[in-house]
Amino acid sequence: MIRTLQAGEISAAVAELCVRANRELPEDIVRAMEQAAREEPWPTAKGILDTLCGNIGAAKERCLPICQDTGLACVFAELGQDVHIEGDFNAAVNEGVRRGYEEGLLRKSVVADPLRRVNTGDNTPAALTVELVPGDRLRLTVVPKGFGSENMSALKMLKPADGAEGVKRFVLDTVRSAGANPCPPVVVGVGIGGTFDKAALLAKHALLRPLDRPNPDPYYAALERELLEAINALGTGPQGFGGRTTALGLAIETMPTHVAGLPVAVNISCHVTRRASLVL
Amino acid sequence: MEIKLKSPVKKEELAALKAGDRVLLSGPVYTARDAAHKRMMELLDRGEALPFPLEGSVLYYVGPTPEAPGQVIGSAGPTTSGRMDAYSPRLLDLGQPVMVGKGNRSRAVVEAIVRNGAVYLAAMGGAGALMGACVKSARVICWEDLGCEAVRLLEVADMPLIVAIDSRGGNLYESGPAAYLESVR
Repeated sequence: MIRTLQAGEISAAVAELCVRANRELPEDIVRAMEQAAREEPWPTAKGILDTLCGNIGAAKERCLPICQDTGLACVFAELGQDVHIEGDFNAAVNEGVRRGYEEGLLRKSVVADPLRRVNTGDNTPAALTVELVPGDRLRLTVVPKGFGSENMSALKMLKPADGAEGVKRFVLDTVRSAGANPCPPVVVGVGIGGTFDKAALLAKHALLRPLDRPNPDPYYAALERELLEAINALGTGPQGFGGRTTALGLAIETMPTHVAGLPVAVNISCHVTRRASLVL
Repeated sequence: MEIKLKSPVKKEELAALKAGDRVLLSGPVYTARDAAHKRMMELLDRGEALPFPLEGSVLYYVGPTPEAPGQVIGSAGPTTSGRMDAYSPRLLDLGQPVMVGKGNRSRAVVEAIVRNGAVYLAAMGGAGALMGACVKSARVICWEDLGCEAVRLLEVADMPLIVAIDSRGGNLYESGPAAYLESVR
């Protein structure tokens, strides 16, 4: 049975998600921040984490964006193959972003052209990723991505001989050289495998996974734990002023790749790692 | 201990600040990020005056969110200062003494800080809601077409900052992590 969704419903949902994501952090991120503040041994770092937790509360209470960089709206749509959309889907998503960023008093941070750099004035277009899935529902996730952290992300085509050690070295080098710029404590998304472009998408997808849910494959779950521990031994700390808490979490997503290649992408997100979802 | 600092500042006051000191800043502050810095350089290249005084002034790297009706400003935390590294030495050499942002600076900026007796103060990255609460008034003074990147004159009261790089080149982005690592050795 084909189910029909109106473009207007999609716009309204995207608008609501843009506003919600920017004012309220996901529960897993809030819990991780509170736990880090409790367990951080270095006094300066603990003080900073307490302040950042206070900021999360203040934003929610006063209906303000948690961070002034309200991001480029990354929209992930898991579209059921039995859904028929009445109207223009892409236009509906962008209309939702336009409305959410205007009504939610969010910052318009998008330029129309990467070199000629004129602000579009309404934070469109969104960075839209659509995945076709079984069923007759549409699941929408909005990830407002700040660029302080996006700018510190990196991708490298390793050789198969580099193996797991090469991957670990690249992830650690990327986080170490990012230093204070991405607003640590960070969340790290790692994509391994696929092609040049798929590795980057995997890394972004890894940022969608709640911090308390490890990779289902025990091999990668162990690698996630090992890398997180190594990052939190770097000493960078909150705001880069020293301390144990450099990262709140790290997730790895993988896919099959070519016999000749080992693509690795590291997508860094800040302590304001935002995402909000709903199902239509 | 928290040191009160009022803008416009005198360079003699800055000499006492050390990396790691906590500062409460009050007074006028000018906002400028990437696009505004680029336009400032274009004006200087043409030998024209800047739209605000450099002497004694505080530059805050921020693009705030729009204010709600009846409010002064929205969220207003710092952006990454490293993107301004290409422009800052020229402004410091012209007498601009205090920069506010987040993240480490290039060697050229640190050298310009030391050469001019300037300081670089860090605001709390990602704490936009709290930082906005320190802003008592805000108005766009030029380049409104830049939207969130327009230059604004803010009046701030007791804005909590940390001395990240002091006038002798002391750098909390280096000394802070080193001290922590020493403590766990």
